[in-house]
Amino acid sequence: MAAQHLAQVNIATLRAPLDGPELAGFVAELEPVNALADASPGFVWRLQTEDGDATAIRPYGDDRIMVNLSVWESFEALRAFVYATRHLEVMRHRRRWFSRMADPYLALWWVPAGTVPTVAEAKRRLELLARHGPGPDAFTFRAPFLRSVTR
Amino acid sequence: MDGTPSDRDLAAIGLLQDPVRRALYGHVVASGGEVSRNQAAEAAGVARGLAAFHLDKLVEAGLLEATFRRLGDRRGPGAGRPAKLYRRAAGQVEATLPPRTYETAAHLLAETVEQAGADLELQAAARRAGAEAGRRLAAETGAGPAPPVERVLAARGYEPYRDGDALRLRNCPFANLSAEFPVLVCAMNLCLIEGLLDGLGQDPGRAVMEPAPDRCCVTVHSKYNQD
Repeated sequence: MAAQHLAQVNIATLRAPLDGPELAGFVAELEPVNALADASPGFVWRLQTEDGDATAIRPYGDDRIMVNLSVWESFEALRAFVYATRHLEVMRHRRRWFSRMADPYLALWWVPAGTVPTVAEAKRRLELLARHGPGPDAFTFRAPFLRSVTR
Repeated sequence: MDGTPSDRDLAAIGLLQDPVRRALYGHVVASGGEVSRNQAAEAAGVARGLAAFHLDKLVEAGLLEATFRRLGDRRGPGAGRPAKLYRRAAGQVEATLPPRTYETAAHLLAETVEQAGADLELQAAARRAGAEAGRRLAAETGAGPAPPVERVLAARGYEPYRDGDALRLRNCPFANLSAEFPVLVCAMNLCLIEGLLDGLGQDPGRAVMEPAPDRCCVTVHSKYNQD
């Protein structure tokens, strides 16, 4: 079986404009936390525009919904970055900046090493998760599928 | 997470009734890492053989874990046999009588708070609860100085230890819950400790989130050494 990497997507609904005072705390953390991700063990790739982040990408035709898409060498590497670094300290303020979403806002899935997913693919994985719940093709931190099913 | 205490948990707790075993267990826990038979024997003030016997009982009961490792740099012939080292086991032992299953309730409540997106409400409640507990503790000492933060956190199960000017916390009292809801529960925990500091008459800004593997994500900095 070819080596596999873990892809993750999460979307977030802004409570206020990104350039307003409400989001200033979030915007201030973008650069240091992205730099931390880039330097983290097991980091492979993240979606970004020439601004160095993905905040300009609004994949749902709704100006409030932003996307974050990245690839990691392993589930453990991603989990360590998300929950055991400064990233956690930033996430604790999430409800100041982002509204609660009724549908799944985070999905994980396996991709062949050396490939990166498109935003369209990421949206499809979120839909899969919403429709069928966690499975090998779209799962979450709390319900992980640690190896891709070979066919 | 069944309500009725298991035979295994009751046996483990019963084992700690013996003062020597309790001293050995306490020493291994306080070390925060691995302890040799000699070190444990010395700390508990008993002979090495007796320490070894009791340490192995604690392993059998699931309170400690044993590993074998060669101490020192020597390799190959003459390096000696690997030493048996003891550290606290990862699992948790619990027995509540009459049976109570607060952990089941905690997971359900956390799930609901997460679904409702009520992070900020939880954080505010935690800050209030911490402050109230801190004020109560401070009031108990009357006109004297409030109890030191280190002692208050120790009494609440955080197992604080000094790391330079910082007070780090070896144990997460909410470990099972924070593993499942890290964002929610770690933020709640930080607010609890901020509240405690506030209630004790200290600067709540001393508590900061500095996650690292194998310890609670909150660190309390000394008031002279803040970021």
